[in-house]
Amino acid sequence: MNTETHAATADHHHDDHAHGSLSTYLLGFVLSVALTAVPFWLVMSGALGNKQVTALVITVFAIVQIVVHMIYFLHMSPKSENGWSMMALIFTIVMVVIAMSGSVWVMNHLNSNMMPIHQMTGTK
Amino acid sequence: MTIAIKPTQSGEPLFYLADEHPHPEGWSTSLGFWIYLMSDCLIFAILFATYGVLSGNYAAGPAPKDLFDLSLVAVNTTMLLLSSITYGFAMLTMQQNKIGQTQLWLAITGLFGLAFIGIELTEFAHMIHEGATPQRSAFLSSFFTLVATHGLHVTFGLVWLVTLMTQVARFGLIEANRRRLMCLSMFWHFLDVVWIGVFTFVYLMGMLR
Repeated sequence: MNTETHAATADHHHDDHAHGSLSTYLLGFVLSVALTAVPFWLVMSGALGNKQVTALVITVFAIVQIVVHMIYFLHMSPKSENGWSMMALIFTIVMVVIAMSGSVWVMNHLNSNMMPIHQMTGTK
Repeated sequence: MTIAIKPTQSGEPLFYLADEHPHPEGWSTSLGFWIYLMSDCLIFAILFATYGVLSGNYAAGPAPKDLFDLSLVAVNTTMLLLSSITYGFAMLTMQQNKIGQTQLWLAITGLFGLAFIGIELTEFAHMIHEGATPQRSAFLSSFFTLVATHGLHVTFGLVWLVTLMTQVARFGLIEANRRRLMCLSMFWHFLDVVWIGVFTFVYLMGMLR
């Protein structure tokens, strides 16, 4: 009985945490370095010329790097914790996207509907 | 109160899950910690949103271009990235039960973390010296709130790291310490993920404005 529970504990432990190996950690690190270095280079050298294109490209690089970190460093997979980790993550991403895009959208909208300062002083 | 009464042989109805089996200690810790990290993620999301709204309000004060030094930020990012991989090495050596090497990698991680905090504080001191204080403009208020909240997380991560190194030195790589190191690993890598957002949207985008 005692050894049985112990074995079950060990099993449980192995099922729950997907540990990385040296090769996955190194692969994640190399990818992260590349995905960090390229955006810095793009902004510091201004290689793309157009600022909006550069902003779009570095956003894509950031999203890809976040996914790389999630997979290789945080060991996320759809199977970890019977899928509950992924459910919590998806819920959080939905909340984050609504909070961030909603705030920026609404506040910019308010800003553009404000009466310009020169008109305010003109009417008294 | 009847719910807590032990079941009797007389066929009384049970008001709790009869086949609830005992769980090993800490079996749900990693999921619980993950949910904590997700709630932390929401804190950062709100700070990012605030910065996103206020980042253009300079109040005729300094703009990102006047303040940020991208090469310093690049060095800082390197420090945090290196500390991530060295923490990974600490986890790998922990799985092989090599206490000495685990402690060594944890110490190296701590030094990189300390370098990160040191560089960030130097940057803040430089900005404040130039008059770019949090009170100067809405842009600077939201900048300092966002970046310093991340820095504060790293600082507490360092306190946690030293605590765990002491624990491992005293009690070895026992199951409880492995679980704690696992949680700190998630915390540390999570802070690196947040930093990706900070250097992309605050520093790099700031220079593009």
